[in-house]
Amino acid sequence: MSASFLTIAGRSFKSRFLLGTGKFKNKTDLSQSIVAGDCEIVTVALRRIDLERHEENILEYIPPEVTLLTNTSGARNAQEAVRIARLARSSGCGDWVKIEVINDSKYLLPDNNETVMATEILSAEGFVVLPYVTPDLYIARALVKAGAAAVMPLGSLIGSNQGLRTKELIRILINEIELPVIVDAGIGAPSQAAEAMEMGASAVLVNTAVASAQDPAGMARAFALAVDSGRLAFLSGLPLQRPTANASSPLTGFLYPS
Amino acid sequence: MRLVLPKAGGLGSSYKDIMNITINGTSQQIASTIDLSVLVQTFCPQSRHVLTELNGVIIPHDQRSDTFIKEGDVLELVAFVGGG
Repeated sequence: MSASFLTIAGRSFKSRFLLGTGKFKNKTDLSQSIVAGDCEIVTVALRRIDLERHEENILEYIPPEVTLLTNTSGARNAQEAVRIARLARSSGCGDWVKIEVINDSKYLLPDNNETVMATEILSAEGFVVLPYVTPDLYIARALVKAGAAAVMPLGSLIGSNQGLRTKELIRILINEIELPVIVDAGIGAPSQAAEAMEMGASAVLVNTAVASAQDPAGMARAFALAVDSGRLAFLSGLPLQRPTANASSPLTGFLYPS
Repeated sequence: MRLVLPKAGGLGSSYKDIMNITINGTSQQIASTIDLSVLVQTFCPQSRHVLTELNGVIIPHDQRSDTFIKEGDVLELVAFVGGG
């Protein structure tokens, strides 16, 4: 079923469930969640090393076959995002980057314009760029022109678990943008992931809902199933909603004359 | 603040000069003959995948042993962490 593969920058993935690696209580929960969720792409971030205490190397908890997508979190403008992406690439761990440029600490909304600028610079340098944006058709078109490999619109505020508050704007991107549309941020339950996939999203990225679950690996599995379910529903063609009833069983020709 | 001196036999005996540099925003004193590779091993002995930026320039792994630290250098030592 080739239609069920997710293709980004020429690479195909069976899984349409991307996992963020932040906020996990321990690294074992993280590894088990990656496996339980069949995740093939996970996000990581970069931070200054704390010289006073030993910190675990997160890469040791991510299976080597998994594609790393470095998040530029912490960047407040395009230049900082570019700097983080270049540093990440110097690790030799690949050149896939999620551009996240945030200036606002209350809502953590991405700065779309700076994100387009960073996308343009990094795409020209050969990075595979997945920009995280507030869904907007014009910005998405600018990202296509700038060389993005996918567009990652937010469903709702980061870590809010509010689900698809931007659903109709994301639907426009799905309908109008040729690139994969990966719903990122705010997805707090498997049903919300399924909702995004039923609408035709190419994939979803989840972090908080898995990392903060009582059983993260169980929740990762639940998300993987929901994503597959939603995708299959989309491919199978969902029926239109109607304002009135439409009987599923014959209503005439049995006990009562019609 | 900590003093980083090369181990005996490692970088010779000319470590009488001590330099002040900044690592991750903090002042540090190190021996003047130290190269970046040794410095990373000293400050991050257990961390693999340490990324380095010296005075705003990224220094890849394979260039660290040829990169010597100078007085006043500003060094960033960065690693991968969990993120969404």
